[in-house]
Amino acid sequence: MTQSAAATSATRAVGGALERLPPPTSLLLVAGAAGLLVGSLRSEVFAQLTVQGLALGAVYGSLALALVLVYRATRVVNFAQGELAMATTYIAYQLIKWGLSYWEAFFATLAIAFVVGAALEVVLIRPVLHRSVIAAVIVTVGLFILIDGVVNWVWGGDFKFMPSPFGTKIYHVGGVSISRLYPGMFVVVIVSVLLVWALFRFTKLGLGMRAAALRPAESALVGVRVEWMLAIGWGLAAVLGAVAGLVAQPSQFVLQPTLMQPILVYAFAAAVLGGLESPAGAVVGGLAIGISLNLVVQYVPAITTELQTPLAFAVILVVLLLKPSGLFGHREVRRV
Amino acid sequence: MTALLELEDVEARYGPVHALHGISLAVEQGSVVAVLGPNGAGKTTTLRAISGTVRRSGSIQFAGRPLTRLGPDGVARLGIAHVPEGRGTFSELTVWENLRLGAYTRRGSVQSELERVFTYFPWLSERRRQQAGTLSGGEQQMLALARAFVHRPRLLLLDEPSLGLAPVLVAELFRIVRDLNETEGLTVLVVEQNAHLALQAADAGYVLEAGRVALSGTTADLKADDSVRRSYLGY
Amino acid sequence: MRARAPALASLAAVAALLCVLPFTLGDYNISLVAQVGVFFVAVLGLNILTGYTGQISIGHGAFMAIGGYTTAVMSRDHDTNLVVTMLMAFAICFVVGLLLGLPALRLSGAYLALATFALAVSVPLLPLQWSKFLGGRDGVEASRTVSNLWLYGAAWTASAILFVLAWLILRGRVGRAFRAVRDSEIAAVASGIELPVYKTLAFGISAAYAGVAGSLFVLATNGFAAPDEFGIALSLKILLGAAVAGLGSLWGVLLGAAFIGLLPTVSSSVPVIGSSHGQDVVFGAAVVLVMLLLPGGFAGLLAQLRRLKRA
Repeated sequence: MTQSAAATSATRAVGGALERLPPPTSLLLVAGAAGLLVGSLRSEVFAQLTVQGLALGAVYGSLALALVLVYRATRVVNFAQGELAMATTYIAYQLIKWGLSYWEAFFATLAIAFVVGAALEVVLIRPVLHRSVIAAVIVTVGLFILIDGVVNWVWGGDFKFMPSPFGTKIYHVGGVSISRLYPGMFVVVIVSVLLVWALFRFTKLGLGMRAAALRPAESALVGVRVEWMLAIGWGLAAVLGAVAGLVAQPSQFVLQPTLMQPILVYAFAAAVLGGLESPAGAVVGGLAIGISLNLVVQYVPAITTELQTPLAFAVILVVLLLKPSGLFGHREVRRV
Repeated sequence: MTALLELEDVEARYGPVHALHGISLAVEQGSVVAVLGPNGAGKTTTLRAISGTVRRSGSIQFAGRPLTRLGPDGVARLGIAHVPEGRGTFSELTVWENLRLGAYTRRGSVQSELERVFTYFPWLSERRRQQAGTLSGGEQQMLALARAFVHRPRLLLLDEPSLGLAPVLVAELFRIVRDLNETEGLTVLVVEQNAHLALQAADAGYVLEAGRVALSGTTADLKADDSVRRSYLGY
Repeated sequence: MRARAPALASLAAVAALLCVLPFTLGDYNISLVAQVGVFFVAVLGLNILTGYTGQISIGHGAFMAIGGYTTAVMSRDHDTNLVVTMLMAFAICFVVGLLLGLPALRLSGAYLALATFALAVSVPLLPLQWSKFLGGRDGVEASRTVSNLWLYGAAWTASAILFVLAWLILRGRVGRAFRAVRDSEIAAVASGIELPVYKTLAFGISAAYAGVAGSLFVLATNGFAAPDEFGIALSLKILLGAAVAGLGSLWGVLLGAAFIGLLPTVSSSVPVIGSSHGQDVVFGAAVVLVMLLLPGGFAGLLAQLRRLKRA
């Protein structure tokens, strides 16, 4: 596809997506975006928090997207997605210790993550999925504990120092000083997300994966190797998680086994908010949560940083109770 | 000359329920074969047995190769296109994406295949960005057929194509099928409730009853048979 | 849990064993077996919910927290008799379970798992918010502690009572309704079963059991009810116990409770794995292996063995 055709396609896709949203949601998004813009123009702190929120939100959105991918492909909520991301980050740490440059380790880690994710699906999830989804979910819970234990065992629970590729440069935009970290995080994550999106939208493989997730029986009839598609889905999800893990703590250069645990909560909140079936919802949800949490902690005195996680949980519970299909989702018809 | 498709003593079951009790049939290369019979006779199950979407045992040979160890995707890759009952269209995807999926097993550019299909279904070309689920029932059936053609199969399995279609569309559908059979030598195995239509379009037929083959022969033979005339042709 | 003559024999055997054990074991081991009793109650409760009505819950630690804090607070503030506090925990958690069962009606499968997960993590954080009443990070201490023997007796007596209660509920109309709900909701409604009533009821009963287990749990940990004790790990443990137990067998629940009660201790004495992280590795690996290799849990395994014996 030529560049202009791709751009037109992309614009049409975004426009189409916006059209398909229920009116209150799109209104909410537009209002939110407008509010952020106004606030940023009026207050330097607000602008900085928004930028930081966007960066963190991108990380949450990436992990949320991983969760959505896995859910759409296999109907499983992967409780171990965050720990898997953390483990792949430790692998990158180790690769750097062994002498690779940051970006070499980065891409090597993504490749490793893909293989591990796909292998997990084939070896541990698929045999159990035949029986019930609940059993598979329990396996992911077991993996959560197992991976946490293994990482602690191999590397120890103390802080490790992980280099960041973004440096300490500060940009000055319209009188506001923004550390290079945040746009850096944002760009890395968004590029990865866009690449995955492009894979799904424009390639034959992506079409096969979408078909396999929607209608496995009919997909098999046209020759789609459904089982492989599921494995690839898990692999891609692991890659997205790895990206999230790698940029999750750029400013503190610090790596710890508990790295992804709060982020998993925010990712769950983002995925639920956007709708477990909606990839776009996951990303937008992540950005929304990232920005909101940042702003709320600053401007609402009652909410301290410790309360961020419980607040995210409250979001999960509220959304699940009021509109389980999320902001971007369609009502699941379950009469009875 | 061995037939393109040969079934020998094929049994199939849905869990504990036996649907086929030993079906034997053969489809010659380049012919159109109809499968008739009352509801529950096992017609759809026969097609499912061929495409591997149901548990089956017995011998199923396609161009000399056994199908019984393959799953649906393997069968598709060998060049068999199964248009199931209920069409099997992906309602959430666009018309174009549905067609593109039809050509999934083909390597390289599929543009020429799509052009070819558009000559048979010109209206599809205009609707390519439309979500398949928003098409009417008849249009979806045509889409399903078109998708099978993009596949360029050696054998086409059609399950109840006339179901829920207006007579005009049904006639059109069978005309296209016959056309492809005559011009490209497409072999077709079609399950049909509408015996008239089926026997008109086909060269030979099998009548199934309660999971077994009750009768078989050329369409001329079948049309002349008394029981067929009474039960299925209405005179 | 169906009524079968052989089952009575196994019941008697278990009861006899439990009566004899305290005389043969040292104090530490008594406390271990007592812990198994505590988990027995919790796993039994979760089994009623998941096994019989098919609603998944990763949140039973929350109910245990509520039960445990009930005991600790009532004992601290009013020096209430400990057994009475357990009854209160049962009642309070029953009501809370009913209340939570109502919104849970709208959720299923993965969504319910997520919601209960969120619950399991949020509820233990509440004491941090209301630290004056609920003790904050340091927790609430009951006014008295109990000996391991007392705990043993209380845990297994409660287990026995609650087991019989469960057996009575499950063999009757309610049990049949539960099973109908699990097997096919649509069919259940078609046959006139009022879904919301039974699903909510299951939640309530299950929560009540967890509440009692929570009371016992607090007493087992020196009478301390603290947020850290009731984290998500506890809920996961109970879930694992229920998965390992499988359905419909007393032995299954017993083995499931023993599995989660004794595994940490067993794994900590294994040389290479010794540390607490090693325990996590073993625990996590155990979960995965059990789900892969034991489809029906221990109950399934036992049923298979029984079939082999008959053949």
